[in-house]
Amino acid sequence: MEESTPKYQTFVVNSAKYKTLYTKKFEMRTKWERPDMNEIRSYIPGTVLKLMVKTGQKVKEGECLLILEAMKMENKIEMPFDGKIKEIHVEEGVRIPKDVIMITIE
Amino acid sequence: MSLKRNILDLRKRKQEVQLGGGEKAIEKQVAMGKKTARERIMSILDEDSFHEYDLFVEHTARDFDMDKKVLHGDGVIIGTGTIYNQPVCIYAQDFTVAGGSLGLMHARKITKIMDHALKMRVPLIGINDSGGARIQEGVNSLAGYGEIFYRNTKASGVIPQISVILGPCAGGAVYSPALTDFVFVVENISKMFITGPSVIKTVLGEEISMEELGGARVHSEITGNAHFYAESEDECFDQIKSLISFIPWNNTQKARKFPPQEPTSSLNIEEIVPSDPRRPYDIRDIIRAVTDSSEFFEIMEHFARNIVIGFGRLKGDTVGFVANQPKYLAGVLDCDSSDKAARFIRYCDAFNIPIVTLEDMPGYLPGVDQEHAGVIRHGAKLLYAYSEATVPKITVILRKAYGGGYIAMNSRHLGADFVFAWPTAEIAVMGPEGAANIVFRKEIAEAENPDEVRKQKIEEYKEKFANPYVAAAKGYIDEVIEPAETRSLLIHSLTLSDNKVDARPAKKHGIPPF
Repeated sequence: MEESTPKYQTFVVNSAKYKTLYTKKFEMRTKWERPDMNEIRSYIPGTVLKLMVKTGQKVKEGECLLILEAMKMENKIEMPFDGKIKEIHVEEGVRIPKDVIMITIE
Repeated sequence: MSLKRNILDLRKRKQEVQLGGGEKAIEKQVAMGKKTARERIMSILDEDSFHEYDLFVEHTARDFDMDKKVLHGDGVIIGTGTIYNQPVCIYAQDFTVAGGSLGLMHARKITKIMDHALKMRVPLIGINDSGGARIQEGVNSLAGYGEIFYRNTKASGVIPQISVILGPCAGGAVYSPALTDFVFVVENISKMFITGPSVIKTVLGEEISMEELGGARVHSEITGNAHFYAESEDECFDQIKSLISFIPWNNTQKARKFPPQEPTSSLNIEEIVPSDPRRPYDIRDIIRAVTDSSEFFEIMEHFARNIVIGFGRLKGDTVGFVANQPKYLAGVLDCDSSDKAARFIRYCDAFNIPIVTLEDMPGYLPGVDQEHAGVIRHGAKLLYAYSEATVPKITVILRKAYGGGYIAMNSRHLGADFVFAWPTAEIAVMGPEGAANIVFRKEIAEAENPDEVRKQKIEEYKEKFANPYVAAAKGYIDEVIEPAETRSLLIHSLTLSDNKVDARPAKKHGIPPF
C-alpha cells in the first residue's frame, strides 16, 4: 500500500504553499454545491410508490407530491413552498438511489 | 471400565470434537486460503500452552430440526494460553461448524472467556470468522451479541482487547471488534460490514463486491475501523505478537521493560528536517532516530496518514508517539487525524504508557467537507484526550506550531509536563504568509507594489515571530534544544516523571465529544 517514489503536490494552508502528498480520502472528497431549493431530491434511496401531482400543476406548501417507499416505510414527500410543478423526472414503480432529482418545481 | 479405558474414551471424544466441522469443511476453509480456528490459536500462543475450555458444549436449539444437528463446540473454541510466557485468554470462531454462526451456547462460551479475562486481568484476543447470527436460534443469538458488547465495554481500559478479523464479520457482529482496542485485518480474508453487498443491491441497486465494501484495505485506509493490515494470516499473527510486547497486561501494570538499546538509524537527526517549513519529510525518520534499536511499531499506518501514532521504546520502556506527518497533507489536523490520535492518547493513558508528541503542523485542514463533517467536535476529541491524560506527557516542537493546532498538540496549556522546541520551531498564531496578509492588510493594499510589500512583511513577521523564543520568553516551552539532544532529553523526562502524581476531580466519567 506504500507509494513508490513520492510525487509531492502543492497544498495551501493559511496562504502558505506546502509540498506534500495527498491521501486517497482527500482526493476522493466531494465538492460542496449550494442546494437548489427548486429541486426535490430523494433524501433516502427507495421506490417511487405513487405520484400525486402532474406537470404544470399548482401546488400549495405542505401538499403531498409523491410517496417514496424506503426502509419499509411509505414516506410522504411534501411541497416545500407554494409553487408549480415544472418537471417530473421519475415514474411510479421506479427504484432510485439517494439524492436523485425527482421533481423540479418553481 | 478401567481408568485406562476412561482415558482412551476421553481422548477419542476430544479428537472427534476437535475436528470441528469435519474434514470436508476444513478442506473448504483451506481452499479459501484460511487457517482453521485451532491452527490460528496455536499460531498466536506459545507452543503447547493452549488449554481449551468448554470443548464438549452443545447447542440447545430445538426449532427448525436443529435438535437433530450436532455442532461441535457450537462453532467456537475458547481457552487460555501464554504469549511470551504470560497468560492470555483467547477465543476463535470456527467457520467449519455451521459457518461459525453465533447461537446461544456459542455466545455463552465467548462471554465465559471474557469474564475470565476480566477477572484474571489478562488480555483477551478474539478471532472473528462467522457468518453472523444463527437465524434458527432467533432472538437468543441477538442476546448473545448484546452480552458480548456489554463485556467488551466493561473490560475496556482494564485489560487489552484485541480483535482479529479472519473471515466474514457482518451485521451486529462488527460491533464487538469496534468496541475493542485493536482490530487486525488480512487482505482477501477479512470482510466487515453492517449490510452486505446483496442487501445493498436489492435495496439501492448499487453493485459492489465484499472486498470493495468492507475488505481489509477499505477498513485500513478509508473507514479507520482497522488498526493493522497484513497480507497474510502469518504476518497478522506476527503483528499481534509485536503489539503484545509493547503493552501492559492490564491497567494496573506498566509495559514490560526491555534491555535498553541505542538507536541504529543511519540518518542524522539534524539532516532529516528541511529548514524550509514548507518542504516535506517523513516524521517516522525522526521517531526512528530517537527510539531504542530505531524501532517504531506504527498503528493505523494507512488511515489519516497526516498524523502518525504508534509505540517505540526509550531505554527499554514503552512510549506512545503522536506525531504530525508533513509528508501527507502537510501534516494538518482534520477530522480523521484528530479522531485517530485522540483514541490512541486515551489508550496510552488507560494503560500507563507515557506519550511523546512530535509537532510540525501548519494548522487545520480548510474545506467545506471538513467543517460539515464536524471538524469542531472531532478536533475537540484531541484537546479532551490530551487534557484528560495523566500519564507523563512530553512535547517536542520541531518546526511549525501554528494557531489552534499548537494548542491541540499537547501544549503546556493542556497540561504537558515537558515542552521542548528545536531552534527551527515556529510557534505563532499562524504562519508568516497568513499573518502578514491579515496584520498588514492595509499597508499591502495601499502599496504601489503590493506583492513586494507583502513579501517584505512576510519576512518581517518571520524574523520577529516565526521562532521558539517568543514562546520561550513566556515559559510556554521549557527549553530550546539542539536536535541531537532530543533522545537524551526524552529519556531524562521519562525518568523524572516515573512517580508523577496528577490528580483530577473525582467523577463517574467525563463527557468526551464522541
